[in-house]
Amino acid sequence: MQHLPILPVLLPALFAVLLLLQPQQASVTFRRVGSVLAMLLNLLVATALLWQQTNVPASHYLLGNWPEPFGILLVADQLSSLFVWLTTLLTLAVAVYSCAGDDEKGAYFHPLLHFLLMGLNGAFLTGDLFNLFVFFEVLLIASYGLLVHGGGKKRIHSALHYVVLNLVGSALFLLALALLYAMLGSLHMADMAVRIATLTPAESLGVKAAAGLLLIVFGLKAALLPLHFWLPAAYSQASAPVAAVFAVMTKVGVYSLLRVFGLLFGASAGALTGYGDALLWWGGLLTMLLAAAMVLAAVDLKKLAAALVLLSAGTLLAALGSGNAQVKAAALYYAVHSSWIGAIWYLLSELIARQRGSVGDRLVPGPRLPQATLLGWLFVFSALVVIGMPPFSGFVAKLWLIQGLSTTSHGMLLIGTLLLSSLAVLVAFSRAGSVLFWRAQPPIASAAPTIVPSERTQVFAIVLLLLAGLQLVVFGQWWTQFCADAIAQLTAVSGGY
Amino acid sequence: MELLIAIAIGLLTGCGVLLILRGRTFAVMLGLTMLSYAVNLFIFVSGGLTAGAGAVLGASEQYADPLPQALVLTAIVIGFAMTAFLVVLAIRARAELGHDEVDLQKPNTQGGA
Repeated sequence: MQHLPILPVLLPALFAVLLLLQPQQASVTFRRVGSVLAMLLNLLVATALLWQQTNVPASHYLLGNWPEPFGILLVADQLSSLFVWLTTLLTLAVAVYSCAGDDEKGAYFHPLLHFLLMGLNGAFLTGDLFNLFVFFEVLLIASYGLLVHGGGKKRIHSALHYVVLNLVGSALFLLALALLYAMLGSLHMADMAVRIATLTPAESLGVKAAAGLLLIVFGLKAALLPLHFWLPAAYSQASAPVAAVFAVMTKVGVYSLLRVFGLLFGASAGALTGYGDALLWWGGLLTMLLAAAMVLAAVDLKKLAAALVLLSAGTLLAALGSGNAQVKAAALYYAVHSSWIGAIWYLLSELIARQRGSVGDRLVPGPRLPQATLLGWLFVFSALVVIGMPPFSGFVAKLWLIQGLSTTSHGMLLIGTLLLSSLAVLVAFSRAGSVLFWRAQPPIASAAPTIVPSERTQVFAIVLLLLAGLQLVVFGQWWTQFCADAIAQLTAVSGGY
Repeated sequence: MELLIAIAIGLLTGCGVLLILRGRTFAVMLGLTMLSYAVNLFIFVSGGLTAGAGAVLGASEQYADPLPQALVLTAIVIGFAMTAFLVVLAIRARAELGHDEVDLQKPNTQGGA
């Protein structure tokens, strides 16, 4: 149990290498079963980690056993184990979904997925800022490979933009790291928080500049308004399971903002307390407004899903910027809910597109879907979850956010934007559903062979994610308590380690 | 010494940004390489500039900060791998698209659409 915090990083790396070693002549079933079983084991470890964190203080795992401000460490607390768990469940669903044939459209889908999980888990667990950069690069290089999975002109091209953009982002990240090291003499996050408290005003200017650079880098990952432009292009070019797993990538940016800024510029940071909050608040609000407009303007389901991811990122960023502990706790709950529902929409839009022949996922009347009942019900449930209708997790998340915001002085602005964007989502999905399922024409005989029925694994993956969202409500008290504790733990830690 | 290093980093960054803003993938790649050189130099000097000081215990009277040297090694390795990946991707894009423009549209040269 002592070594539990490192397993979510080690196991995916090990499995990825094993899946690479496997001769490519080995039967496809063998590879798929291996990958899914490995994912199940990852989920087991992540669940154990989550369970372990419910009632113990954060465990610091010292790599190489260097004493604390020196060396690299992993921090398994409630916040990080929550994100590890949600990511592992999502990648499991994606691995199951891809077994229907998406994984064979290019080489090495499963190993890359495991490497991506390793990078994501590492980024969530690390307690060292430079190590965070390293894990960012691990997850990025896996995501580059996944983005071009399946090939094709447009995909390669959008991947080129994505790679160049992220390389510039990495350069800025390194500049910020070097500047912070020069100012503070440490990259151990909790130690940095202690040192920031003792800065003179002149020194804090350098830290401010570095933090501004970090804000750009994390804002780029989280798709904060002026830096959001890459997201719709990259996500709508990626194949469905890849886009689904990318739904959690914006959450890495949000998580890093919460962890790094929450820790470095917490209550003890003196003049720097709450640095960046105002920018996140306004940026998040504007991102939400833009995403709401994109939701209404979407011409196909994939654009709609991309707008949803952007909307959830904007909501999270604005909630982080509010500087209120209860709002942040609600935002954690919302992050879990929105990662899964974002992924569901990418998967579902592909299932629907495959049955509509040449019309694809464009929101125009097309042929009747052969499996209209099954997909229709999935559509209705997923739409209810994402809009935020009462029995589902979206409702709990938004209600909690609104409750928390109503206690803050300037919260009304976000409440209004949240409700307005929910209305936009409601309108967009009502319109999309009626166009896709009700205004359908009878199937054309010649188009019949192009229609592919949904595989059981694909439907199972979507149902798995829907059920995961449902248990957020069923065990609502446990989850809300966990999220509130996670934020309390984070703010308590910023005083020292 | 400090001035020289600062000018070198500034020049490299400036050239890098200029090249990244060009429209061809080759120029963009060169720009990114220059930017990463500038960043690596910047990390290297983040521990302060000391002449004639060793980074290993027992090697000299004065010691240079060894951590930036370790960091810069990591940054160089990662930057190198990323550049290599970008080169492969750019070559692939050149083969698939038939041109090396960063924008999808080919400029209106003879016969270009």
